[in-house]
Amino acid sequence: MTTPLVEVDRLTKHFRIGRNQVVHAVDEVSLSIDEREIVGLVGESGSGKSTLGKTIIGLHEKTSGTVTFDGEELPYHYNSSDFQRYAHRMQMIFQDPYSSLNPRMTVGEIVGEGLRLHTSQSKDEIREATAEWLERVGLNGDHMSRYPHEFSGGQRQRIGIARALILNPDFVVCDEPISALDVSVQAQVVNLLGELKDSLGLTLLFIAHDLSMVRYVSDRIAVMYLGALIELGPADEVFFNAQHPYTQLLVESNPEPDPNHERDRVSTRIQGEIPSPVNIQPGCRFADRCPHAMDRCQDETPYLQNVETNGKTRLVACHLFDEARAVA
Amino acid sequence: MALLEVSNLHVEFTTYGGIVHAVRGASFEVERGETLAIVGESGCGKSVSVQSIMGLIPMPPGRITAGTATLDGHDILKSRFIDKKDIRGNLVGMIFQDPMTSLNPTMTIGAQIAEPLRVHRGLSRGEAMKRAIELLDQTRIPEAAKRAKQYPFEFSGGMLQRAMIAMAISCEPVVLIADEPTTALDVTIQAQILDLIAELQREKGMALILITHDLGVVARMANHVVVMYAGEVLESGTSDEIFYRSGHPYTLGLTEAMPTNRREVEQKLMPIPGSPPDLFSPPVGCGYAARCPHAMEVCVSDRPEAFGLSDSHGSRCWLHHEDCSTRVPGVHYA
Repeated sequence: MTTPLVEVDRLTKHFRIGRNQVVHAVDEVSLSIDEREIVGLVGESGSGKSTLGKTIIGLHEKTSGTVTFDGEELPYHYNSSDFQRYAHRMQMIFQDPYSSLNPRMTVGEIVGEGLRLHTSQSKDEIREATAEWLERVGLNGDHMSRYPHEFSGGQRQRIGIARALILNPDFVVCDEPISALDVSVQAQVVNLLGELKDSLGLTLLFIAHDLSMVRYVSDRIAVMYLGALIELGPADEVFFNAQHPYTQLLVESNPEPDPNHERDRVSTRIQGEIPSPVNIQPGCRFADRCPHAMDRCQDETPYLQNVETNGKTRLVACHLFDEARAVA
Repeated sequence: MALLEVSNLHVEFTTYGGIVHAVRGASFEVERGETLAIVGESGCGKSVSVQSIMGLIPMPPGRITAGTATLDGHDILKSRFIDKKDIRGNLVGMIFQDPMTSLNPTMTIGAQIAEPLRVHRGLSRGEAMKRAIELLDQTRIPEAAKRAKQYPFEFSGGMLQRAMIAMAISCEPVVLIADEPTTALDVTIQAQILDLIAELQREKGMALILITHDLGVVARMANHVVVMYAGEVLESGTSDEIFYRSGHPYTLGLTEAMPTNRREVEQKLMPIPGSPPDLFSPPVGCGYAARCPHAMEVCVSDRPEAFGLSDSHGSRCWLHHEDCSTRVPGVHYA
């Protein structure tokens, strides 16, 4: 077994929004990511997945808990020299390819900025590297002098990918890199990330709300609900054999492009919406919407425990697994 | 004659960069109680074609240059009224993609639902409000009476979409148009909203036009499907024909690019290379030719006609021409 590249230990991020009001965006999440591994992080909006990604790489201050990167504990609070130091090793690809690129900079400036700030390469070298990266992500080296508005959504996302990868980082957080794109283009970007992962030996945390797309890229899938990690295991096991009731509902809510399959579908079992993350009470966070909720779910917080299926272990936070080992 | 029938619709926009040919000859129809899905990627003209017949495109810069649209046999491009009844908001209801931005933030939810009832049905303020609360109840918003007095910012995305549905069905329309109704929502909420729309449609016997890019949603909801690309309808047919016997390479490409929930399916997604054509100067031939793996010379030079594969199934692709000898595996032939 390899040592994990990123180790997140009971990481918590709370936002204070006035007196006695705390948003529990991320609560005691522990997760380790091995080198050259892709972990897919899924959850509905408001589940804290983006906050977790940003807190891991230091864009948010931690409330408590630690993040260890390559054996070194990351600072609690980042100052500018820390960002300078870690920029080579950790990068982020953002969700919205429209607002995450500066409209007043040329594509060459955007992609080359990392090299300009963090290396001592000459202008020509940077230019060359930028052109090379643009080609690598499937754009044209001549596009350097153009501005972001001249590109389509998929092309902009490629610019964002080139910008993140030009410093040759070890670890990249991809925050919903495909959700703003069209179906045919989503597949292009997913495959590109997969190829780059193979050729560069990247480690990725791939955040998305679309479980079905995540399974194509990930080695393992982590599912979050209302700030807590509720299931974590090998991608295909989590997807095809979900154990946590929420993961099961998430998988079955996704409509399948197959009319015969859809005609047999009974109406959806999940009711209600994700509750507010302000001042969360003890008990299972999913209890109000869970079809299997029991009395103890209301006041006892379930913790992650090992559950074995098909000879593979995964973690599930659900009281159903306390004694019995199977869900109906 | 179908309830709503659109044929050979052309819509253009005048912009600083020139004329955008957004819709280039779209035809579709929908019957009472039936669901038609219009599928396509962003910029393919699916929203524009529906919005233009509803009079929701500002003209100028927009312009309908050709085509006809009839509702119940009446021409609706020329007039906003049928038998003195307003079409928009009355005979045809609409649900938009983003509920956060399509509702008025300065009006209570109840007042917004009541508004069409007062305008089209002449109800008094009190009567309209009472009906609005009933409608909120029908769309399963808990504590409807209390919710009706709240403003949009106090609602979640899913709740706002329910309120929007309540508004759209308030005047009992014969056609309901849903433009990407669940794109901005989470999957679990999407499932609930789709259930709700399907149920209301069954109850009220409305025709439903569902505009979406998600083939999963299409499979779940539609009887008939129209596949649009670069302003044209490339394929149309029943939902089974489109999913199981598709006769167009673009539809097939779209299906292969979609993730599926089935384990046996190959792990790799098949993206469609390239991106849609520039509609400032649309290609003379088939709009999809530049990305199509089976493109022939004729595809670049001549616009394919619609070849009938069955009574309900048509495909705009030269592969179906009688002189074409290639048989592409996967493509369904007549």
